[in-house]
Amino acid sequence: MNTAMMKNPKSIVENFDLYAPKLVSKEEFFVGGHRACQGCGESLAIRLMCKALGKDTVITNATGCMEVISSLYPTTAWNLPWIHVAFPNAAAVGSGVEAGLTALRRKGKIADRRIKSVAIGGDGGTMDIGFQALSGAMERGHDMLYVCFDNEAYMNTGIQRSSGTPFLASTTTAPAGKKIPGNQVWKKNLAEIMVSHNLPYVATATPSYPIDFMNKVKKARRVKGPSYIHCFVTCPTGWRSTSETCIKLGRLALETGIFPIYEVENGVYKLTVEIPEKRRPVEDYLKLQGRFRHLTPDQIKVIQARVDLEFKKLMNKVEHSVSWV
Amino acid sequence: MGKRVGMEVAIASAEAAALCKFDVAAVYPITPQSHVAEHLSDIVNDGRVDASFITVESEHSALSAAIGAAGTGARVVTATSSQGLIYMSEVLPIASAMRLPIVMLIANRAISGPINIWNDHSDIMPMRDTGWISFFAENGQEVVDMTIQAFKVGEDRRVMLPVNMNMDGFQLTHMVEPIIMPDQEEVDRFLPPYVPYAALHPDNIVSMGTLGLPEIYAEAQKSKDVALVNSIKVVKEVWKEWEKQFGRKYETIQSYRTEDADVALVTMGSMGETAEIAVDELRKQGVKAGLLKIKLWRPFPFDDLKKAVQGIRVLAVTDRAISFGGPGGPVCSEIRSALYDEPKRPEIVNFIIGLGGRDVQVENFMDIVRRAAKGKLSEPYEIYGVRG
Ligand SMILES: Cc1ncc(C[n+]2csc(CCOP(=O)(O)OP(=O)(O)O)c2C)c(N)n1
Ligand code: SF4
Ligand SMILES: [Mg+2]
Repeated sequence: MNTAMMKNPKSIVENFDLYAPKLVSKEEFFVGGHRACQGCGESLAIRLMCKALGKDTVITNATGCMEVISSLYPTTAWNLPWIHVAFPNAAAVGSGVEAGLTALRRKGKIADRRIKSVAIGGDGGTMDIGFQALSGAMERGHDMLYVCFDNEAYMNTGIQRSSGTPFLASTTTAPAGKKIPGNQVWKKNLAEIMVSHNLPYVATATPSYPIDFMNKVKKARRVKGPSYIHCFVTCPTGWRSTSETCIKLGRLALETGIFPIYEVENGVYKLTVEIPEKRRPVEDYLKLQGRFRHLTPDQIKVIQARVDLEFKKLMNKVEHSVSWV
Repeated sequence: MGKRVGMEVAIASAEAAALCKFDVAAVYPITPQSHVAEHLSDIVNDGRVDASFITVESEHSALSAAIGAAGTGARVVTATSSQGLIYMSEVLPIASAMRLPIVMLIANRAISGPINIWNDHSDIMPMRDTGWISFFAENGQEVVDMTIQAFKVGEDRRVMLPVNMNMDGFQLTHMVEPIIMPDQEEVDRFLPPYVPYAALHPDNIVSMGTLGLPEIYAEAQKSKDVALVNSIKVVKEVWKEWEKQFGRKYETIQSYRTEDADVALVTMGSMGETAEIAVDELRKQGVKAGLLKIKLWRPFPFDDLKKAVQGIRVLAVTDRAISFGGPGGPVCSEIRSALYDEPKRPEIVNFIIGLGGRDVQVENFMDIVRRAAKGKLSEPYEIYGVRG
């Protein structure tokens, strides 16, 4: 039996969803014709997220690739109410959207039905410059969902390093130089920081497991309060990988344990997509991407050791976490 | 009829916002605005206004949340000062570009460094060109009246712009003043419910804040400028209406004893009252002094200024901020350029006064007038009473 099934026997049934794409709504809320690159995992994830959210949603978008490719005036890819204000403040704007809708509904100024405020941003807009606004909005307990689309660098501005950039990856501000081989620190674990905000629902996901991601979005939408999803998305342009590996890289990230997919409901950790008991070596994932091309076998060993450690820490939580409700 | 009360001005400004029945307040505290923040939350938590109060974690988020809420069609108030206003600066021009009629109460305070909590106008001046309408109140009554007027002006379909109401920190915010507080029925009659032009709601889908390429960016800027320039008509209309209903008159530039004035002071904000006393004193001594008080800073009332300076030989313009390495104070440079094309214009001298809460007394204004009467200063501007 693999690890996930051992920890969570229900996962067989849930993963059945993986093979049930017919259940997915045909309605498009993030429509084609936008300007994302071929094989862009982030735009694919947004399309899936919108399907899962459905009509009664307001999206707040941080500045970044997704805002730029989707909203060239006078066109828009958004078939949902959508607002973009700036780079650091999607969570704050989204919290205002929630407060506005709530007050107007309570006062009878708009129809009496729940409309979900959903704020989205890239890893830069969420983990770095938007970190304070995110922490504030989540801590205040707004009825809103925040989704971070983590492609591990500032792609919109030309692949600069962020706190989501993995160890030793080459970016334009942490390049693989003759002396310093790329990004010198380990990726920040934002999902974990969000758990520490006592959110009722935190999850990680990737569009490589689309039904899992959409189920999480639906679950998060139902939460009456703050929720957070950290969605790992490939960026062929920034990762120097081929477009057709968009889905494959997400799967490899899971199968190597580099990006495990789980959810934390009221403090209880659960893996939601099976991770093979014998995880694949990280090299299988790294070798498909130009940003890791410079790595030496020794450096890959260091990465492998850290991934193993992080995975162990996560499994420890999966085994021992208890619900606070 | 309104009731005459003795009230701290900061609290009165929050009470005035309450009379406007805001839907959302998003405020971060900073001296000397804190009493506004605290009192707004009192009002909401006591259920006196049915609203959401967002205890944001910063001013950047205060204005961002205000934009989000205003985007849904809510009536929104925020308040700040000094470092907080500067911290908001990224978001200020976006609020006006999105044409969201947010009202911001600003307790004007010097900006760092050195850090200083006292009053001047160095916070609002660098934010001058962000496309907001700017009112400057002289006393507590004006603070209350202008707060209510701000909602009406901003929300007018011909305007649709955010408005900031400037009140001098401490000098106004922390004073207990006699104020006629309008009653709810009067304000309801004056201020109609806000009907947004577009709102974030799935029943009528809009995209707000889209990307503007070079082909459209200039047009977007022009439309904001046209809206701001044209808003002066609505400001005046609203002030006329206010005068009719409440009996208190508002003018973009208020003249005091200027009919036969030889030298006129120009002030903005609470120092107008001190300057008035100086003018009276000088008149007693036979000096033909007068005073112009600017109440509307943006859009700048160019035409009214031209009319107001008729017959005046020397204008002694006072500023509460410096444009470093520039032409002096921002108010004076505005006035100089406003009058440059006039065939007959007064001599203009510029005194920068009251920085970081430096006291300016009646005698100082009298001294300024006397020195201005001589015409030119040795320098383009003088930082008044400064050592070194
Ligand atoms: C205050 C501010 N600083 C910097 C920028 C420039 N900028 C725009 S988007 C961006 C990076 C976006 O990266 P991320 O959030 O990861 O989104 P991605 O483009 O990768 O999807 C940067 C640095 C900005 N718009 N505003
Ligand atoms: S640069 Fe990357 S994130 Fe941006 S549109 Fe292209 S693939 Fe998508
Ligand atoms: Mg990114």
